[in-house]
Amino acid sequence: MTITRSHAVIALAMTGALALGACGTDANKTSTGGSGAASTDCPTGTLKAEGSSAQKAAIEAAIKSFQTTCTGATVNYAATGSGAGIKQFIAAQVDFGGTDSALKDDEAASAATTCAAPAWHLPMVTGPVGVAYNLPSLPSLVLNADVTAKIFLGQITMWNDPALAAINPGVTLPDKKISVFFRSDDSGTTDNFTKYLKAAAGSSWTVESGKKWNGTVGEGKPQNAGVATAAKGVEGSIAYLEWSYITQNKLGLAKIDTGSGPVELTSASVGKMIETAKQKGSGNDLSLTLDYATKTPGAYPINLVTYEVVCSTYKDPAKGKLVKAFLTHFSSVETQKSLESLGYAPLPASIEAKVQTAIAAIG
Amino acid sequence: MDDRGRSTGRRADRLFSFASQGAGVTVLVLVTLVCVFLVSQAIPALARNEASFLTSREWTVGGDAPRFGILELLWTTTAASVIAMLVAVPVGVCVALFITEYAPQWLRRPAGNLVDLLAAVPSIVYGLWGLIVFRPIVRPIEDWLSSRLSWLPIFEPTGITGGTIFFIGFVLAIMILPIVTAISREVFAQTPTTHKEGALALGATKWEMIHTAVLPFGKPGVISAAMLALGRALGETIAVTFIVSTLAVGSDWTWSLFNGGETFASRIANNAAEFDSPQKTGAFIAAGLVLFILTFVVNAIARVVIERRKAFTE
Repeated sequence: MTITRSHAVIALAMTGALALGACGTDANKTSTGGSGAASTDCPTGTLKAEGSSAQKAAIEAAIKSFQTTCTGATVNYAATGSGAGIKQFIAAQVDFGGTDSALKDDEAASAATTCAAPAWHLPMVTGPVGVAYNLPSLPSLVLNADVTAKIFLGQITMWNDPALAAINPGVTLPDKKISVFFRSDDSGTTDNFTKYLKAAAGSSWTVESGKKWNGTVGEGKPQNAGVATAAKGVEGSIAYLEWSYITQNKLGLAKIDTGSGPVELTSASVGKMIETAKQKGSGNDLSLTLDYATKTPGAYPINLVTYEVVCSTYKDPAKGKLVKAFLTHFSSVETQKSLESLGYAPLPASIEAKVQTAIAAIG
Repeated sequence: MDDRGRSTGRRADRLFSFASQGAGVTVLVLVTLVCVFLVSQAIPALARNEASFLTSREWTVGGDAPRFGILELLWTTTAASVIAMLVAVPVGVCVALFITEYAPQWLRRPAGNLVDLLAAVPSIVYGLWGLIVFRPIVRPIEDWLSSRLSWLPIFEPTGITGGTIFFIGFVLAIMILPIVTAISREVFAQTPTTHKEGALALGATKWEMIHTAVLPFGKPGVISAAMLALGRALGETIAVTFIVSTLAVGSDWTWSLFNGGETFASRIANNAAEFDSPQKTGAFIAAGLVLFILTFVVNAIARVVIERRKAFTE
């Protein structure tokens, strides 16, 4: 009797442990495939692509829905980082590359040699970074680049600092310490966020920008999930996170005052910022210069654009057709819309139209 | 069986001795090869290192002028492990004594099994549980210590809210508790009944009996249990990576246990995705080498202690 009972206890404890383990899996990995454009023509074959990890979740969702629509097609994407993506594309190892920053001139030249035709940048995924805070008493908070830089460098340490009060008129800010959280692993999110601070608050953001966090205060946590969990656990915390992690963890999402009023992070405000970007390339080469210091009313400034780098003409027409089909699907309104639940913002209509024109011109 | 069956008895003997010798040699070769691998990978990176490897806190491993040192890693790793030992060894020994000496007969097996079950919990679960459930429990202890004993450098208050060295020590303590308990329990249970009954017959109380008969008998076992546990604490990766609060690059040095930091294992695990050049990889492997040596030294010390104990008791 006693032995059976002890076994029951063990079984119960084990089930508990298993259930706990299951809770640890990342909810963000569930992809929500779009319905897929019915009009896509479906060539068969296999595409290889490699590059940016910032668009990993987006492109995986697009691949899933594309392969559901086109059962004869396979697309493999390896999220090895932008640098690797460019290298592999130039070496003709992959059919298209994914990168967060446009090719440098010499890279573009090498890519053109590989393709025997110019290579084009096609903006495909926009990933905004939000500034998250944990103050249940404060439903809305406004920050600007200068104050944000000072908070993340430890120059503003209290939530009721006069500088914060000045941009949050009529709000009672709590007398609480600010706990800063940052990414302890190298990440595109850090790169994007610090580039923004450098561009929009160069005089206050005195440390280097880049994939590695170079601040002087706070606590580092691995991955978006780690930062979000930690920020969630500490009242008075502040952190920069990919959009989906903020909404899923029910953290406060700060509005950013760009100089022409506070802007909330929404698909529309992200789209507006992307629309203001200047096209750096010519014709169908759609590399953009994002203006982090934008003052356009209603444009949310902290964004990352991931490009797919493609040949304007493929040596193997079958490959070209397949690239065309996949990117048409990826850039379609439905697919773009479906990415929203993964924390990406859809391409604004004007850019999307240009992207589709460019895709149609791929030979 | 017939005669041929008996003659294979000899062959079985030879086969077995061959097999066990082979296994022993394989392990030795394996450890040596791991060591050779670590050293050979680490040396090129160390040769290019422009900072002092043992005393620098910097960690810039890419580029033409890498600067990296392990001071912070060494401090965090040893401090957290020492805290873990200070908590887990006394508690583990007490649990083992409870199970072998005090618990009623019907409770002994289930209680032992339950403690062993702690060892079966995956370390990521400890990480999750530690961060979400255990953290709020340890927090008040930290606050109390840092408000009362802040004049001690190790209890100096810091701005770290999450994974402090102190807290990691406690989580590690729970993770190594089953190792200490299980081995101690086994050795305590081996105490000759004559010793125990002798003590009791001389009028010893139960505690005096444990003190004079059980503990001295079990001491070598407890020490080797502690060293095995320490080995696990030093090398624990996933739970620590999950909990630890990394320090910002430019933060000031402090001896405080309430500061964050990274252990050898957590820094290597955290940056594994960035091993894109042999030089970077080499720098992390050099850190791994130090951990390897540290664990090795700890185990060697344990061996020596146990050998000396044996000389006394026999």
